[in-house]
Amino acid sequence: MTIMKRTVLAFTIAGAVAALVLPAAAEEQVAPPKLKWSFAGPFGKYDEAQLQRGFKVYKEVCAVCHSMSMVSFRNLAEPGGPGFSEAQVAAVAAEAKIQDLDDKGAPTERSGRPADYFPSPFPNELAAKAVHGVAPPDMSTLAKARTYQRGFPWFVFDMFTQYQEQGPDYIAALLKGYEEPPKGFQLPPNGHYNKYFPGHNIAMPKPLQEGQVTYDDGAAQTVDQYSKDVAAFLMWAAEPHLVQRKRLGFQVMIFLIVLAGLMYFTKKKVWSAVH
Amino acid sequence: MSGHSTYQPQNKFLQWFEKRLPVGGLIHSSFVAYPTPRNLNYLWTFGGILAFMLGVQIITGIVLAMHYTPHVDLAFKSVEAIMRDVNFGWLLRYLHANGAAMFFLAVYVHMFRGIYYGSYKEPREVLWILGVIIYLLMMATGFMGYVLVWGQMSFWAATVITNLFSAIPGVGDAIVTWLWGGYAVGNPTLNRFYSLHYLLPFVIAGVVVLHIWALHVAGQNNPTGIDIKADKDTVAFTPYATVKDGFFMAVFCILYAWFVFYIPNFLGHADNYIPANPAVTPAEIVPEWYYLPFYAILRSIPDKLMGVIALFASIVVLAFIPWLDTSRVRSARYRPLFKQFFWLWVIACIGLGWLGSKQPEGIYVILSRIFTAYYFAFFLIVMPLLGIFEKTKPLPNSISESVLGAKA
Amino acid sequence: MRLILAGAIAGLRSYGKGANRTPPTRCPAFSGLPQPVRPAARRTSVLGSSLGRMNKPPEERALDVTTVSSAEHTRRDFLYIATGAVGAVGAAATLVPLIAQMNPDASTIAAGAPIEVDLAPISDGQIIKVFWRSKPIFIFHRTKKDIEEAQKVNVASLPDPEADSARVKQGHDQWLVLIGICTHLGCIPLAHQGEYDGWFCPCHGSQYDTSGRIRKGPAPKNLPLPPYKFVSDTKIQIG
Repeated sequence: MTIMKRTVLAFTIAGAVAALVLPAAAEEQVAPPKLKWSFAGPFGKYDEAQLQRGFKVYKEVCAVCHSMSMVSFRNLAEPGGPGFSEAQVAAVAAEAKIQDLDDKGAPTERSGRPADYFPSPFPNELAAKAVHGVAPPDMSTLAKARTYQRGFPWFVFDMFTQYQEQGPDYIAALLKGYEEPPKGFQLPPNGHYNKYFPGHNIAMPKPLQEGQVTYDDGAAQTVDQYSKDVAAFLMWAAEPHLVQRKRLGFQVMIFLIVLAGLMYFTKKKVWSAVH
Repeated sequence: MSGHSTYQPQNKFLQWFEKRLPVGGLIHSSFVAYPTPRNLNYLWTFGGILAFMLGVQIITGIVLAMHYTPHVDLAFKSVEAIMRDVNFGWLLRYLHANGAAMFFLAVYVHMFRGIYYGSYKEPREVLWILGVIIYLLMMATGFMGYVLVWGQMSFWAATVITNLFSAIPGVGDAIVTWLWGGYAVGNPTLNRFYSLHYLLPFVIAGVVVLHIWALHVAGQNNPTGIDIKADKDTVAFTPYATVKDGFFMAVFCILYAWFVFYIPNFLGHADNYIPANPAVTPAEIVPEWYYLPFYAILRSIPDKLMGVIALFASIVVLAFIPWLDTSRVRSARYRPLFKQFFWLWVIACIGLGWLGSKQPEGIYVILSRIFTAYYFAFFLIVMPLLGIFEKTKPLPNSISESVLGAKA
Repeated sequence: MRLILAGAIAGLRSYGKGANRTPPTRCPAFSGLPQPVRPAARRTSVLGSSLGRMNKPPEERALDVTTVSSAEHTRRDFLYIATGAVGAVGAAATLVPLIAQMNPDASTIAAGAPIEVDLAPISDGQIIKVFWRSKPIFIFHRTKKDIEEAQKVNVASLPDPEADSARVKQGHDQWLVLIGICTHLGCIPLAHQGEYDGWFCPCHGSQYDTSGRIRKGPAPKNLPLPPYKFVSDTKIQIG
């Protein structure tokens, strides 16, 4: 074997051992199970019924503490989303209380309009922090702001399988992941043990209970179902144009493959003059 | 250009214009009739790809700038407004963010090609150094662009990288305060990064013009590394190189589209979807993948100042390789030992990139030090010595001969 | 990239024309550029004389027009045309998002949605100003005297002839709803001023009457009406 081949082999083995054996992150994080999502893959679409259920869970449970300040009521009627009608959106908006000023400049509350953004449950950051010591994060981009380490070589495969659902997988697992701390685990006061939260000590108490939210479409009213539905809704909230993106992507890929093919034969034809 | 040109415009207006500003003749001699070595492989397409990507970044950037607000309270929200409300905003944003990654991917292939085939050697030293300057400008531009999002990673990367300058003895802290425009990364920092991020791509474009000019003075290198000797060694740039480059650019765009449409956040970091919080540092601060090798080099040196020096030295050393490499033979095709050391160096670069994403502890630090040592040894030891001691393979007589065999 | 493609097609097309293929003499002023060379001029093509035609100097080429089979010519051209066409379609498609992004975005359109205004608090003779799509809207609760003045005028004598009845909703004569932007150069006229008991524009002196019609001054047209309708006797929806 040449010097190079021997050295390459040595480095590869060392690297592979390091990658596969050693811990991947500073804080230990358990990988959540990979779930099947309707919006995964090149032809993925959101399931409208699931998004509507997820919105219900958000509205009745999560919105008590978590804002979603970059999502507007009108987004609920846009294509590729939960598929509410304009009238339904106006009704949902009207239920919300929006802070505004009256004609004399004094702060007042008015009912929401479709153009309004989801109101925040707290007036400011400090008030949000006061409840559990940590401000509950805004949920507008949460599904894209959460992930877990995949390690080598799985992140390479992800490039080909188009696995982009780390966020929803993590969120769904976390919502179901509240358990009793194992023996010897030191849980600080006001903390809660969660299997999937990095470091296992989460400030948020278990938010979901069985039968907590009533579903109108007959879906199971279990924590498992609530977790999946709200995780899908959060993915839509973070990436509302996902369906349009994948559809346009298909058209662009076909176009580029045709163009590349034509260019290839053109190139061959032109170069035949000198070969 | 007085009088003679190879280019005879077809119509009266173009003839009139050509006499006054011979742009047509310039384009014709540089990109149509220009003699190009006939044996170039697809690695030579990356120069054109880079020019294309610069155009893409500038156009998508200008269009994004119509909707972005460079203020700490509004920046993150304005980017989200682009993603949600602006017509095709999500497409423009993903094109720009992934475009930067494709830009760096292409520049690394382009640079590796240059080192492998000895494109930095006489008479292309200035061409190579202009390239290093373009690379440095790209790194600055990319860094500032990432900060503009004002996510957690934007803010903390800005803090870490600007803090590097505090390692400079004496004036370090003053320089950092000057860069920040305050006592920490804040609104003044964001605003000036926006201004410079808009400016630098045009500076890059200017240096690219010089780069192409320097290239056309010497002519392209080619996989054999030997000079053009006769007409039959070359073909006209148009249509030969044009269609070949066009084909490969379409293939490159397929890869680009794969990222933009199907895995647009694969290369990014999830933490950058959390609005910047100066009070909370993320568990790990990691730059984008194209800076990871240098991040690894920085962290492998235990001393702060020496780490910063090593970081900058790892890029500046590139400018000296026309003189560090003493070999008379250009192309690694005919340099069997150099070829092996080169591939080891490529593995070291990739290894450093992977290590840059890891926490600097345990075996990761040891490996980083080994790879960093080899990275510098390749330039400072291998290149000078091999030129003296290496036994090179015999070179072909001409480019045509290498392509067509001895009967050419 | 598209330019290069177009250049390639142009380069291919002009092969037969010879105009750009004469070898140059060196340009002293631009000696930085290498002397362009005629590519592979005397080589015989592997495909024989049909493509070899492209590589002969213009003088010789004229003689062997007949050696190119027309089928070969069409096949070659079809590929180039197809590639060029697909490339052009791609270039045009690329322009769509770049131009579309400048149109009002979804939040702007949402902010420009119709608004409802309650007319009950507006007293007799009062003019209020609200904003719709960032434009000022005048809402004038006209008195009997204002209405009479507006209706009495000889319409033909007006600079912009328009009957008052055309400027109010049927059965709601007392309500005048106008876009409050002077039709001269865009200033906001001042209410209850001027000789005609309507509005006076301070910028260049245009004067509007109790129907918002231009009477005196440089403005060419009457104050325009926004789209609006009565959802009840005391509420209108603008937009």
